[in-house]
Amino acid sequence: MAAGPPTVFGHPTEQLADLYSSCPSRHDLVTQLLALFGQNNHLSCPRVFLYGPTGSGKSHVISSILNTLKLPHALVNCVECYTSRLLYDHILNQVALVTPAPDNDYTNYSRCDNMNDFVKTLRTIIEDRELQEETMYIVLDKAERLREMDMNILPAFLRLGELTGCNVCVVLLTEIVWEKFRAGTGMCEPLVLHFPDYTKDELLEILSSDCPTGYTKDFYMSYVNIVLSVFYMACRNLNEIRHLALLNFPKFCEPIKKGEATEEDVHKLWRNIEPHLRKALQTVYLREVSSAQWERMQEGAATQESSSANIKTLTGKVNMELPFYSKFLLIAAYLASYNPARTDRRFFLKHAGKMKKTVQQMKRDERASSQLLGPKPFPLDRLMAIFYSIVEGKVAPTANIYSQISSLVTLRLMTQVGSDDQLDGAKFKCTVGLDFMRSIARTVNFDIIRYLYDFV
Amino acid sequence: MSKRKSTGSAAMSEGACYSELQRVLRERVYKISAPCDVAGENDLDKPRRHLLDLIQRCSSMGESNSALIIGPRGAGKTMLLSSVLAELKENRDFRDNVLEVHLNGLLQTDDRIALKEITRQLQLENVVGNRVFGSFADNLAFLLEALKKGSRDSQAVLFVLEEFDLFAHHKNQTLLYNLFDVAQSQQAPITVIGLTCRLDVIELLEKRVKSRFSHRQIHLFNSLTFDQYLRVFRSLLVLPAEFRDKKFCGKWNKHVESLSDDPGVTSILRKLYDTSKDIRTLKMFLMLPVARICPSHPRLEMSDFVEAHKILTADSKSNTLHGLSVLELCLVVAMRRLSDVFVNQPFNFQMVYNEYQKFVQTRSYAVQSFDRPVVLKAFEHLQQMELVRAAEGAGIGGRGQKEFRPMLLMIDKSQLMQAIQKYPACPTEVKHWANTL
Ligand SMILES: Nc1ncnc2c1ncn2[C@@H]1O[C@H](COP(=O)(O)OP(=O)(O)OP(=O)(O)O)[C@@H](O)[C@H]1O
Ligand SMILES: Nc1ncnc2c1ncn2[C@@H]1O[C@H](COP(=O)(O)OP(=O)(O)OP(=O)(O)O)[C@@H](O)[C@H]1O
Ligand SMILES: [Mg+2]
Ligand SMILES: [Mg+2]
Repeated sequence: MAAGPPTVFGHPTEQLADLYSSCPSRHDLVTQLLALFGQNNHLSCPRVFLYGPTGSGKSHVISSILNTLKLPHALVNCVECYTSRLLYDHILNQVALVTPAPDNDYTNYSRCDNMNDFVKTLRTIIEDRELQEETMYIVLDKAERLREMDMNILPAFLRLGELTGCNVCVVLLTEIVWEKFRAGTGMCEPLVLHFPDYTKDELLEILSSDCPTGYTKDFYMSYVNIVLSVFYMACRNLNEIRHLALLNFPKFCEPIKKGEATEEDVHKLWRNIEPHLRKALQTVYLREVSSAQWERMQEGAATQESSSANIKTLTGKVNMELPFYSKFLLIAAYLASYNPARTDRRFFLKHAGKMKKTVQQMKRDERASSQLLGPKPFPLDRLMAIFYSIVEGKVAPTANIYSQISSLVTLRLMTQVGSDDQLDGAKFKCTVGLDFMRSIARTVNFDIIRYLYDFV
Repeated sequence: MSKRKSTGSAAMSEGACYSELQRVLRERVYKISAPCDVAGENDLDKPRRHLLDLIQRCSSMGESNSALIIGPRGAGKTMLLSSVLAELKENRDFRDNVLEVHLNGLLQTDDRIALKEITRQLQLENVVGNRVFGSFADNLAFLLEALKKGSRDSQAVLFVLEEFDLFAHHKNQTLLYNLFDVAQSQQAPITVIGLTCRLDVIELLEKRVKSRFSHRQIHLFNSLTFDQYLRVFRSLLVLPAEFRDKKFCGKWNKHVESLSDDPGVTSILRKLYDTSKDIRTLKMFLMLPVARICPSHPRLEMSDFVEAHKILTADSKSNTLHGLSVLELCLVVAMRRLSDVFVNQPFNFQMVYNEYQKFVQTRSYAVQSFDRPVVLKAFEHLQQMELVRAAEGAGIGGRGQKEFRPMLLMIDKSQLMQAIQKYPACPTEVKHWANTL
């Protein structure tokens, strides 16, 4: 293992070896960061900005460096610390080595309301801990959130060294490029380092360390290769791939456990797992089922072959029971949302042949279809007019019909546009997709496509 | 242990030498406002004398004054002031006579905090106690009065206001009004120095504040010539004569000399100078090369400078594009097409998906196709990375329905084409598709 030159910047060799082995594929960046941090009692690079795609190891590398080399630090996540108060408290607690816990009544190190107090308190703590000589590292993960806080916070953190007069190094971690952080009259530019995405080989190397006991590394690697072949095009996030790989590994090994295949039967194993992975891409990856559910479904599949049906009911949220008239109301709402109002006469005044042609002509000068642009708002009377013309039989305009419109709004199948509280005078939009709509229409034997302007 | 030690000249071990060298160089390069002397004629001389005179008059003659130092970021405003103060403080009288209050617009975000901080820095917290004041002016007057009582006659106070423009955003500009008022009416000997990078800062002041300001302005610009720039480069790297190991120091300084004559190094510096003359950028450029120096990497190499320059000029957008998945890249191409067709009109997810579908369907033999929800997830990731953003004034266009929300792409064609070139193992189909843009 290339562990860099021994005792770089005064760190013990074995710690360095640990560090490098815990960050495979990131040796260059680790070396670069170690150089910038330098010896503990020297000045460190005061501002570092690390960016790269998710799962590229930013948090991992920084926390490995700080923890393995036991450097004094505070590491906060700006999503967790969503107000400046929380941010100050968390940083100060960590710098002062205070952990809010039951035995201290969850008290913070000190109360701190603004940047002024924060800087003052930080200086005091560093003096109390006699760390003036050492570098204090303050890591702000998900730093893009700092932009949403008070406008003085980000520039102040970027010159924390100048403001406190102490040897602090502020590290920002984010997925967003630095250019998007600049604001106002500008601030101290940090040193920007990029964490590139992992190549396929690097991913393999990192993932190979997950190999469960009882299997050879090569076997696990060949499995990970299959996983990558399914997911890599859509997703490069190490976290996701790692999770999906571990989750589906038992399934991959199933034929071996049953004695139907051996570790060498690569093709057979592949044929067995591939459809499952594809299914996982449509379910677990989209968080439509939880990992626990997914595992249960796979176990279920082992006993009885009904799992595929199972998954379908979970993914397609089509199984919604609506009252008969509600279905027509929804269809009418959909038509009103996606058809231009001027075409209503043609669709609903039972003229057959003539319409087609003129519509097609008009279509030509329309650039984008409404299927692409999304639903348009419509007034209630237009909805009712369409409703009466598509529903069979005579329906009295009772309060019942109006209350069904309200429930459709409550179910979020329609939304009310504008702030009007009253039903009439308000405008609505239909928010369901075409696929859903078609399945609803099918249950009442209504061919919705024939009534859609875009499909004429 | 070695016998050399007995010779008297402080020869240190190699490791100690490099450690000391790191300490000295980091002190210069890593500290934001560390002074750095440029020998020879210097643009800073005149403003420097001006400022020195101004502050001195306050301490010696009890004259009140106000001034602004204006210049772009990294022009040396803080450095100028602190070097002036350092020089003045060599004089004992000055030290006894003048109290300093340092405020920063980033820290004292309103006047209440500012007043508390002033009280603290003047060490008057005990004197004030729980007293309640009718107005800000009363409070400030009380503080300045309290200073008088202790000592003989007058205690001058120097107020330094960093990020001065931010104080102008405080409610009613109370702090500025009162400070300038005291200074102008000579109620107590105070000097107010504001530092700002806003050239139009005067416009930010209310009329009554403006009329009390002396309108003394000191302008600084990043206007070094390339020769001066090179001299700064050298002076940042040479070791001081006090360095303990003379032999090591001599060798190192010769190395630095040779660097500033090296055509490769100077050409990189020239490029840097042409993009920005400010010294802070130069310091940032030197951060990594300086950090790399150690016994196993004893000299600054050309490759260090090349690497540092590459980091400084890296194109972050194309770096970001490099990290996308193929699916995400396809979506970017699709969006670029839409933006071209509709001439930078906003588009929504549905259109992007449609465009993507058209592409996939014609080349289904070569490109893996994905379900709509998977595509949507990829699209949302692009949004999270801020490569796509919601169009302004989207209004009610697609409230609640993300697939119809109007969006804009933040990547232009050349960036995309470059990214496609560099993309590892980019499917040829995608390349062709992008080339038809
Ligand atoms: N080089 C690596 N070696 C070993 N494990 C790694 C490496 N890089 C990343 N990981 C692992 O991958 C996971 C994701 O990495 P990490 O959380 O550091 O990503 P990140 O860049 O911070 O992403 P995000 O932007 O989402 O915060 C971590 O659990 C980490 O352990
Ligand atoms: N003319 C100059 N000669 C030598 N060094 C300079 C010169 N101008 C600036 N510098 C260097 O540039 C660095 C930045 O200067 P300084 O921090 O004073 O900028 P500033 O004007 O206060 O910027 P900001 O507005 O961001 O506070 C200092 O370290 C200083 O050494
Ligand atoms: Mg992270
Ligand atoms: Mg400054």
